[in-house]
Amino acid sequence: MDAKDILGLPKNLPIQEKKSKPPKESQRKPDGISREVYALTGGLAPLMPAIDVNQLKRKAQSENEKITWQWLPFTNSARKDNLQLYHWVRVVNGNPPTGDYSFAKCNKSADIIKYTDEEYEKYLTDPAWTKEETDQLFDLCERFNLRFIAVADRFPSTKTVEELKDRYYSVSRAILIARAPSPGDVSAHPLVKDVYNATQDTERKRALNLLLSHTKHQERRDVEASANLVLPVLSDTGTLGADKPITTADTVNPSTNSEFPSSTTTPVSETASVVASLRMLRVYLRTYSLEQMVQAASSSAGLRTIKRVEQTLQDLGVNLKPKVPTKAVCAEHLELRKEILTLLNLQKQLQYKEAEGSSLRDGTFTETPGTPPKQSVRAVDLDRTFTPDSLSTGGERFGKREQKRKGPGRLAEAPSSPAQSKRPRKYKASD
Amino acid sequence: MPNKSGAEQPEISGSTQKSQRTKITKSSDDNEKKSLAKKLKDSEICIPIVYGNIAFWLGKKASEYQSHRWTVYVRGATNEDLGVVVKRAVFQLHSSFNNPTRVIEKPPFELSECGWGEFEIAITLHFHSDVGEKPLHLYHHLKLYPEEESGPLSTKKPVVIESYDEIVVSEPSEALFARVQNHPAVIVPRLPADFTLPPVPLEDVDSKNRVDTKDNPLNQWFTNFSEADELLKLAAARQQVQAHIARLRRQLTLVDGQHQQLKAPSDM
Repeated sequence: MDAKDILGLPKNLPIQEKKSKPPKESQRKPDGISREVYALTGGLAPLMPAIDVNQLKRKAQSENEKITWQWLPFTNSARKDNLQLYHWVRVVNGNPPTGDYSFAKCNKSADIIKYTDEEYEKYLTDPAWTKEETDQLFDLCERFNLRFIAVADRFPSTKTVEELKDRYYSVSRAILIARAPSPGDVSAHPLVKDVYNATQDTERKRALNLLLSHTKHQERRDVEASANLVLPVLSDTGTLGADKPITTADTVNPSTNSEFPSSTTTPVSETASVVASLRMLRVYLRTYSLEQMVQAASSSAGLRTIKRVEQTLQDLGVNLKPKVPTKAVCAEHLELRKEILTLLNLQKQLQYKEAEGSSLRDGTFTETPGTPPKQSVRAVDLDRTFTPDSLSTGGERFGKREQKRKGPGRLAEAPSSPAQSKRPRKYKASD
Repeated sequence: MPNKSGAEQPEISGSTQKSQRTKITKSSDDNEKKSLAKKLKDSEICIPIVYGNIAFWLGKKASEYQSHRWTVYVRGATNEDLGVVVKRAVFQLHSSFNNPTRVIEKPPFELSECGWGEFEIAITLHFHSDVGEKPLHLYHHLKLYPEEESGPLSTKKPVVIESYDEIVVSEPSEALFARVQNHPAVIVPRLPADFTLPPVPLEDVDSKNRVDTKDNPLNQWFTNFSEADELLKLAAARQQVQAHIARLRRQLTLVDGQHQQLKAPSDM
């Protein structure tokens, strides 16, 4: 009716409709809700009521109790003073609720084991810690409820958070074990079961800090890397056409990130800090500065990668340390090393992709591009044999092999063919 | 060489009187000093050096403990005088020598001795105060015998082993800059032409007493280090690597495309 008017549909039907409508309308007339709202339900009342409408009203009424809300004082058993505060309380039939303040149970504290002097002498002596220090530590731990950061701040002598934790946990553990009638009794206790590893903790924190400080660089590098990848777009006819660079951040980057997390990220910030430190020196040797820059650029690369870079340099006929290290020569040398690193990374990427491709064909492909350990080992093994050959035999041969490839199966084999003599047997497993 | 004391004036109308000109110079001096200081902030001056040794076999005059006469030295790469920046050089010899710590107070910074053994010599360069307070250390392994077994030793042809390096002074002070900017041993960054530099005290008195290192009798044996070769090689290497990188990138996109093809049917 109105809707059809809006839609502009022909009006010859309405005559019929008007006739049929009135009887329907009298049937349908809803009570309590407007016509349009009722129409939302599809024009029919629900077959089964979802909620028992009667129940809704009855629940409030059948209480037969008088409910009021009152502003009353209360005490909190978790407090040590006798502070009395006020709050709104639901009073039923004139009786206020009993029981403790409902949040009192949230005031939990850690049970800190207290050792006696005897126990200290027997089990807890340590060359790096005096009894006084240990006592202070435990006192602070109790006061601050094992918040080690606060404890570290207030600890009189300078000890790191990890050292404090280490001492606390080892002491507690020793006491527990010493007091237990038999070792089996406490073996399930978390303090005994999980031993605190201070060095691991320090390492973990250092790594986290590194990650935190490099995130922006990583993002930038990721964007650069992915912008360079131009993905071909398939048209309906199946022909390939290159399209504008698509940010493949989702698919490419998780894999690149997991495989070579910081190979392109940390060097940028490392070289900046090297430049700053050189400037601080004021006077230095050019060879020293080159050394530092090279170290910074390959800071994230493993030893194997560095060896490969050096091998590549030798193959190219370049001195590992320039014979005439002028400003220009050093700059070129550094850029060359960086480019070789990029090259090696791309090779790794390619091999990874090809391994992925072969497993795709096998049907074992999983959506998450996270590398199963098997494959990464394979890729790395290939690398060792791959690099020198690809450069010394010249790129041309490799390119031709690629073109001659017939089916996708060949993809996996081509890279290793120049290095047939050294091909590791492991790789065969994928075919 | 341009006369430093007053020839380079800021670019103001040249028709003003001399007295006015000097007045203007004084007032804009401060601004210029500030901008010069700024320019020097991100720059560096560079002194190319070569250090090493020359060793002559003594032939008939050789004894068991003195078979060679050798000279260890630090020189400017083009044989220019290093005294402009280096105050003194200390050569630390093997402990078997008398007074193994030899201090050379003025150029040429070299030291000659007789001996039979090859050992590492630590060379410490101390600089003039406007260069820097900290000394630099170089290490040179003394070489007396030639690399290849070239038959009988000759007293005429020495064994020469040299290493090239450069002393970099980052953010040099203005005084230093002014002092060295025209010295042949030093490479300085170019400044815009209209910069006046603080006047430098004349060094004519010193120059007469300075030993002319160009007259060193050992000059004939010195190696001429040229960066051209190395630069060429590096450029060629970079080109090769860049070509490989481009090729790999293309392959990667190809492989990705094939993967897309493979993945697509399984999505359905």
